[in-house]
Amino acid sequence: MPRITMREAISQALWEEMERDPSVFILGEEVGVWGGSYAVTKGFYDHFGPERVKDTPIAEAAIIGAAIGAALTGLRPIAEIMTINFAFSAFDHIINEAAKFHYMFAGQMMVPMVIRTVSGGGRQLAATHSQTPDAIFAHFPGLKVVAPGTPEDAKGLLKSAIRCDDPVLFIESATLYQLRGEVSEGDNLIPIGKSKIQRPGKDVTIVTYSKMLDTSIKAADLLAQEGIEAEIVDLRTLRPLDMGPVLESFKKTNRAVVAEEGWRSYGVGAEVVARIYEEAFDYVDAPIQRVAQKEVPLPYNRTMEQLALPQIEDVLKAVREVL
Amino acid sequence: MEKEEYLELFRQMLLIRMVEDQASVLYQQGKIGGFLHLYIGQEAVSTGLISARQEQDRVITAYRDHGVAINCGIPAKVVLSELLGKVTGCSQGRGGSMHMADISKNFWGGHAIVGAHLPIAAGLALGDRYQGKDSVTICMFGDGATNIGYFHEAVNLSKVWNLSVLWVCENNLYGMGTAVDRASAVSHIRQKAEGYMIPNSRVDGMDVLKVREATQKAIGMVRSNKTPYFLEIETYRFRGHSMGDPERYRTSEEVKCWQEEEDPIGIYYKYLVENTIASKEELDGLEKSVEFEVQEAVQYAKSSPEPRAEDLYTNIYVEAG
Repeated sequence: MPRITMREAISQALWEEMERDPSVFILGEEVGVWGGSYAVTKGFYDHFGPERVKDTPIAEAAIIGAAIGAALTGLRPIAEIMTINFAFSAFDHIINEAAKFHYMFAGQMMVPMVIRTVSGGGRQLAATHSQTPDAIFAHFPGLKVVAPGTPEDAKGLLKSAIRCDDPVLFIESATLYQLRGEVSEGDNLIPIGKSKIQRPGKDVTIVTYSKMLDTSIKAADLLAQEGIEAEIVDLRTLRPLDMGPVLESFKKTNRAVVAEEGWRSYGVGAEVVARIYEEAFDYVDAPIQRVAQKEVPLPYNRTMEQLALPQIEDVLKAVREVL
Repeated sequence: MEKEEYLELFRQMLLIRMVEDQASVLYQQGKIGGFLHLYIGQEAVSTGLISARQEQDRVITAYRDHGVAINCGIPAKVVLSELLGKVTGCSQGRGGSMHMADISKNFWGGHAIVGAHLPIAAGLALGDRYQGKDSVTICMFGDGATNIGYFHEAVNLSKVWNLSVLWVCENNLYGMGTAVDRASAVSHIRQKAEGYMIPNSRVDGMDVLKVREATQKAIGMVRSNKTPYFLEIETYRFRGHSMGDPERYRTSEEVKCWQEEEDPIGIYYKYLVENTIASKEELDGLEKSVEFEVQEAVQYAKSSPEPRAEDLYTNIYVEAG
């Protein structure tokens, strides 16, 4: 299998789906002539033309609203929101409209759209451009929230998201675009709503997703040198949340750490830990630990920003705590 | 226009009025929950508008949607069933007063977040353009919706992309209880379209024929020029914003004056008789039959089944995860 970057994997998924299905089109800020602010859609405008790669005004509600409308007519729009921080400007359309129509109008309407966006900090963009509010979006029934951590999953999950008849928020990580990994060639669809064991182990379960998967793998490599075998479960989808592999792993290891890039309060970790306690209380050998971002708006200064973001050392410390 | 068409406009306006009167009673009896926004006084707006559309033209509106639903062809009994939360309602009791829709009739809702459906309307038109369809999206909203950002994002987009949208502002002079000139920099809302270089006009919304004529022209322009058009329709709601409105923002004299002099149904009745299009007897007979239809509809709604508890979770997703 070829080793490609996350950026290439996402780009390939988009390209292949657009070639396959003429009802798929892209709209967003700088997706066309510019080639995408993260260069994911570079070359698309020249190949697919301005009707299928639509540059929009800087108007997030219009982008998501227009995507919803187009989806209602049977198209499969992929709306790009430059960063998830700007999705707040379209929060109403994502939550009150896209996520509600199918249910509220009793199944008459379908909103088969994908919202691609970028989450996470670490690029010195300060407090307004560096958040990881993934959990907020995962709060609402009606929306699917996908957040892959490997190029293989990114490609396969994005293809599934584009073909899905429900609205899907597809969260990419700002600092993972250069991450390399093996990616299957051809139509390798990965189902939405399935967690996956990314690294087997027997001593402790690390539950994570997106950027923190990479961090957790690096931590697990270090732990392995000490003879500690961590099993890493990658959620991949935040809603619907698949606890199956998490519980299976936990019942084996009896110890768990949940690692996320966002804030701890009301976060992904809070949800996962609660569910483990609800469903596998008898298997708990140590209080489950959470690794998360420190509870501050992210500062610009590089050292300060890294201090606030969860690091490999934080994962190591949490694992030692539960062992 | 054929006589039947004249009478059909009369019938639809009456039907809306009587359904709304019944809804008001049912609300006071506690049979309708939530918010209830009545269309009484504004019947000529959507009746005139929707009478001018072709089958392929989409209609999308805000939360004051019962009249629009009826004009789009949803039967009174289905509208009333939705108000009563019954499974026979157009949204199977999921949506209620503010969220009615029937996409088989090209009625795309019933949207309750002020202004939020405007970008969606642009998207409907975008989808039709993408697929080479010749439809016009008719998007209705109140004067209050023109002060929110969504309005400006959507109207701008429609012009930048030359989308086939007919923007229709129902200016009933108050956004909830705030008079237009207390909330909007311009009280003639059509002026906002000027800033986006969108052709526009303003029409008397208490005269169904004027609304119809203005709409025919506007839709024609949208369809042939493939550009948006902005129609402001002056109207007035005879009842409160919703059922819980203390109406401190306007005098009862003002309301009475509109009811007596500007009732769209009274105006049209007079027009039909004076122009010998229909006799008083004919119109009164029609009124009786509509009254009967609405009584039947209320009975139908009351006796319809509640949604089943086991359907609580159906249709959250198309593809269950």
